[in-house]
Amino acid sequence: MQALVVAAHGSHLNPNASDPTYAHADTVRETGAFDEVREAFWKEEPHFRDVIRTLESESVFVVPLFISEGYFTEQVIPRELRLEEWDPEQWDSDGTTASQVTLEAEDVDKTIHYCGPVGTHDAMTDVIVQRAENVTDDPDVGEGVGLAVVGHGTERNENSAKAVEYHADRIREQGRFDAVEALFMDEEPEVDDVTDYFETDDIVVVPLFIADGYHTQEDIPEDMGLTEDYRLGWDVPAAVDGHRVWYAGAVGTEDLMADVVLERAADAGADIGGALESDTGRRADT
Amino acid sequence: MTIPAAVFDSLIATLEAESPIAFDGLRIDCDGETYRLETPERERTGLDEDDLEAALESVVDYVTNWHYWQEAVGGTGTARRAFLRWCERAPRAAEMDTDETSATSDDPLEVPARYDALREGVDREWGQLCLTTRLVDDTDAADSAGERVYDLWHVDDADTDLADLEVYDDPRDARELSTNDDDGRYRPLKTAPTLVSGWAFTGLSGSELVETIGFFYPATIANWHRELQGTLDVDHWLETAERQTGIYDVIDELPREAVEWLTEACCVDSQCLRRREWQYEDGDEIAVDGGDGQFPCREPCSLVVAAARKWTVLESEDERTYELELTPSELHQLEELIDAVADGRTDEIREADVYDGANRYRARYLRAKRFDDDGTLEARERHDD
Ligand code: SF4
Repeated sequence: MQALVVAAHGSHLNPNASDPTYAHADTVRETGAFDEVREAFWKEEPHFRDVIRTLESESVFVVPLFISEGYFTEQVIPRELRLEEWDPEQWDSDGTTASQVTLEAEDVDKTIHYCGPVGTHDAMTDVIVQRAENVTDDPDVGEGVGLAVVGHGTERNENSAKAVEYHADRIREQGRFDAVEALFMDEEPEVDDVTDYFETDDIVVVPLFIADGYHTQEDIPEDMGLTEDYRLGWDVPAAVDGHRVWYAGAVGTEDLMADVVLERAADAGADIGGALESDTGRRADT
Repeated sequence: MTIPAAVFDSLIATLEAESPIAFDGLRIDCDGETYRLETPERERTGLDEDDLEAALESVVDYVTNWHYWQEAVGGTGTARRAFLRWCERAPRAAEMDTDETSATSDDPLEVPARYDALREGVDREWGQLCLTTRLVDDTDAADSAGERVYDLWHVDDADTDLADLEVYDDPRDARELSTNDDDGRYRPLKTAPTLVSGWAFTGLSGSELVETIGFFYPATIANWHRELQGTLDVDHWLETAERQTGIYDVIDELPREAVEWLTEACCVDSQCLRRREWQYEDGDEIAVDGGDGQFPCREPCSLVVAAARKWTVLESEDERTYELELTPSELHQLEELIDAVADGRTDEIREADVYDGANRYRARYLRAKRFDDDGTLEARERHDD
């Protein structure tokens, strides 16, 4: 038997913080690829601490629903899961290349495949593009359009900026959009000046965040000048300095994220059969 | 009553693989040629296969009971199986190689009495949940032989007609039901005694029941099972506090006596249905009662850790002495105000109940009288030098 644990932050204050976690876990449940699927949280229940013991499977794949490698993926989750002999070096990552490491936990007799975060997986690049397609309602969006991928910045660790740049670079290489920029909330180049970085009339802005919350629903819309006051909402697209800004909201709420979770587990050796949504789509096309 | 063919076939197949079958009072031995059948009520020997099939008809409940646990539940040694057995008051001893049959306080039921009870429905409480185990109505269909189904609702709805409840059958619906309390406020602590009522899950399978409870009260079954087996791994306050990093790194500085106040604030039964098993540290027990909950709490939860951070910062301040003018009744009113907030009672105080010190008009009056223009209480710090 194999189990999947989707490990997320959660919140003591905001009941919606866990919505994307539940949604993606449910999508994976419905594929039937795993015998057991659990959500686990730092601030909600089941806590990371107790989740593994609720499983009957002997093989457990833990996928952190986090944007970047850093404090949570390197310290908090492994510690709380009681992963024996964990050392971030085992990921042998340059900040965006963690894939998986196989470990045991102190409190259960199981094999734990501890995966890198969803945010740095290559498949995440596709989710960002998909997000741009959905917000513009244009499956071919790109030509004549600029794309801004927005992140926190280095506030807590430099890897968070690396993840944003990594995907921005990959999308730029596809040559699909006229321009692609990585912008940040707390460092240069800043999202406040989004229109300075694009010559195109249309700019799609996709925040690389797991859940919608204070940053994506209050700060960023106000900082970019989409609205005076987030409580009043904003238009999509919104007119800013002669540009049309299509603001997408947190990428983590995109349905295709479930595929990234599955791919992370598959990379770590999980047998997921034909569970990927993107595969199903491809099959349907042919 | 006849034994469904599929049940008999699986019984014979099991005996071929491993004789004897010995389960919940049923014992069947096979010496290759003949069978021997034994229950607490009767014993038959020297049976051939046809004799056995006929003989089993007189102990059909034992047979379908074996079949349910063998085929439908399985999972020997799992928390799921132990919990489902607890639900119908099945003896524990059959599960484990231990002699301590007296470990559970309530009387286990042997098969005949258990089947009588299951036809009516066996009720159990788990926090604010009421669980009923019942036998599927007797049909002769092989796949429902001995099958149990489980119903689940709020203890407050035990006497409510099913027609008046919102009925669910997908375990995941429990997530939505457990998100907010009656006032629509978010419940960050799943085991707070504030679960809303008015709903029911009916006809769940055993796995679905366990999954549903996993959403209402995450990990409670797993830790209960560990406790039952004597393997609950309790992490005391100090171990948990010292493990923290980042913004919670400070909480191991919370004074010893403050941990008493913290548990009295957060962990008592009126606030949380888990029974706190963690102490200050091994050998240093917290005096506050851990509660009578059905399932244990093995370490300070994330909510308590987050609150402890605030209290650690607050407790780092030195005490000072203040002078302020209050009448004896005003001093008493301050106590009433604190009590009302601490007991979550402010919503219940009637608009015109000016006899209650925590009444809004009373509080506004006190503020008008005793606060200065800056909106703070007029108090002077006393310096003894
Ligand atoms: S630490 Fe206290 S409040 Fe938290 S789950 Fe345990 S008993 Fe309940």
